[in-house]
Amino acid sequence: MKYLDEYRDSTLAQQLSQRIHKATKHNWTIMEVCGGQTHSILQYGLEDLLPETIELLHGPGCPVCVTPLELIDKAVAIASRQDVIFCSFGDMLRVPGSQNDLLGVKAQGFDVRIVYSPLDCLAIAKNNPDKQVVFFAVGFETTAPANAMSVRQAKTLGLGNFSILTSHVTVPPVITSILQSVDNRVQAFLGPGHVCSVMGWKQYETISNHYKIPIVITGFEPTDLLEGILRCVLQLEAGEYKVENQYARAVEKEGNIAAQSIVEEVFDVSDRMWRGLGSIPKSGYKLSYDYADFDAERIFQLETISAEEPAVCISGQILRGLKKPHECPAFANMCTPETPLGATMVSSEGTCAAYYKYGRIGQTK
Amino acid sequence: MSESVTTSFNCRLPLDSSGTIRLGHGSGGKMSASLTSSLFLPILGNPILNELQDAAVVEGCSQIAVTTDAYVVNPIFFPGGDIGSLAVHGTVNDLCMRGAKPLYLSASFILEEGLPLSILEKIIRSFHEATEKSGIMLIAADTKVVNRGAADQIFITTTGIGIVGDKVPSANAARAGDVIIISGNLAQHGMAIMCAREELELETQLLSDSAPLNNLAQKVLETSDNVHCLRDLTRGGLASAVNELAQSSSVGIVLDEKHIPIHPQAKAACELLGLDPLYVACEGRFLAIVAAEDAEKVLQAMRKDPLGNNAHIAGVVIEDHKGTVILKSTVGGNRILDKLSGEQLPRIC
Repeated sequence: MKYLDEYRDSTLAQQLSQRIHKATKHNWTIMEVCGGQTHSILQYGLEDLLPETIELLHGPGCPVCVTPLELIDKAVAIASRQDVIFCSFGDMLRVPGSQNDLLGVKAQGFDVRIVYSPLDCLAIAKNNPDKQVVFFAVGFETTAPANAMSVRQAKTLGLGNFSILTSHVTVPPVITSILQSVDNRVQAFLGPGHVCSVMGWKQYETISNHYKIPIVITGFEPTDLLEGILRCVLQLEAGEYKVENQYARAVEKEGNIAAQSIVEEVFDVSDRMWRGLGSIPKSGYKLSYDYADFDAERIFQLETISAEEPAVCISGQILRGLKKPHECPAFANMCTPETPLGATMVSSEGTCAAYYKYGRIGQTK
Repeated sequence: MSESVTTSFNCRLPLDSSGTIRLGHGSGGKMSASLTSSLFLPILGNPILNELQDAAVVEGCSQIAVTTDAYVVNPIFFPGGDIGSLAVHGTVNDLCMRGAKPLYLSASFILEEGLPLSILEKIIRSFHEATEKSGIMLIAADTKVVNRGAADQIFITTTGIGIVGDKVPSANAARAGDVIIISGNLAQHGMAIMCAREELELETQLLSDSAPLNNLAQKVLETSDNVHCLRDLTRGGLASAVNELAQSSSVGIVLDEKHIPIHPQAKAACELLGLDPLYVACEGRFLAIVAAEDAEKVLQAMRKDPLGNNAHIAGVVIEDHKGTVILKSTVGGNRILDKLSGEQLPRIC
């Protein structure tokens, strides 16, 4: 497939692997930020192509994983109403809340639908004027513009029966929080390619300069990731720190201005709870005052719902790169993709789920 | 009683008037009989079925293969097939994966009240055509009608019977050193169905691969005495099938992603939706596990058949990693190819 196969080329991948081996003189710990990057690394077995002196940590950039339990419970409560059509990206349906998940709600006969774009929900709202149509607006800066667009369009169309349950989070605050922690092990970041295609990479220069850490904005195909790792290693070995853009075919320094402006119009920056990580200041979006009528939390008055994470789960430490899944006593016994205990097992992009699914071959022999 | 009065007692059945299935068509009474005599038998009938006995009595044999399945596909018509032909193909394919020659079929049609008769007719014609093509004979059939909402238009359940030949491939017969051959492009059926569903505005020219595999399976078995397993790649796709075989045979399986044939449009649709084509269902593809020395001649035999013309050798059976499937990725890394946990759901990003 054009524009994909060239980035999955085995000869190029082998060449990059050799260059990484040659360039690496010391032990380095690199974190890929995005869930999509983690998915590719494990799907293509990229760790087999790296020297043992490079450790990859799988970061907090999986939107499904970091959506707080409490919000899943709120989604379940809204979806379990006869007067609601609840729409969500597919991934979120299996994420367990305290009692139930959205697939369970669907099985009970309520109207829960998978959509591929929030704009699909507007058509559903138009065709079902007697129902409240609620979209579960989850994700990082990548999904925020389309979600913002759906709200603005709903306002323009005067759709009174559409709202969103918002759980938008942003990357720079969470990687800052990782770097600020006393036990931080991350020495370089593979920056989030798609997030930067929207937001540009100026914010990452501030972080790179302040914490003296290399950040390479990186794509999602195997040779993208290998090249991102190579560029990190070259900076680390040279004692340099700067932002580089490996994903130039999609990312410009300024980002997508039109997308940024609609996000700014519809959302305000707010503190956000992260599953496994707790509250991080100014780390997400909430609907702005002008669009508050589209806030499902307000419409359905869910203030009374609260939830706590299971104590045994170490997903917070995994999201910070302090521990690997197999260091958790619950991994692969109490906690599996069928019965996930925490953030990192719930989505196929989550570190624990990816380890469970694609596990390292050595463990099976 | 005059003839005209008698005629008026034989009320004109709603077959013609409303043109839809009604609950009465499942009553077992005249409406049921009329549905059978005016729609099912003219299309599906044959000397055995036409007897309308409680059970068909047919020629027997020493060893038979039996399979049963239910078809609930949505939408009932999709590019490249429909629920009628799919029900036949699925049953035929299950039989021939055990080396059996498909002989007889029974089918139960569960109809939702309100189903247009024109749709039902189209489906049973397609069902019939598929039986003719694959040489299987419908010898027992049943219809039930359920309330609107209790079924989704039409469900079909089937039982297939075949005669087992002298070669009986089995899920537990793979041995270290064997080679895995995949009969053709993966992921077409599942993605054709997904794209045909209304909510997904994804336009492709994808056709389902739904097809009867008995002739191709027969050729494979005639070509080599060392065909150890045959498995059709239906629900759960290639990944689930190889995992089942690795577990049943207590062997490891290594697949080379580079040599797994995937339909390009199906692959593109999977990319867009965040799905893995290795888990997507086929209805006209299978894998053969054969002794290494016969692999090349089996491959060539498959490639001569239109249903196997893109067959590929895509993996080997190993002693280590028992019960596990390892996928060598296109860029050279390895990973475990696991079974799915639940349904495959599209990823957010």
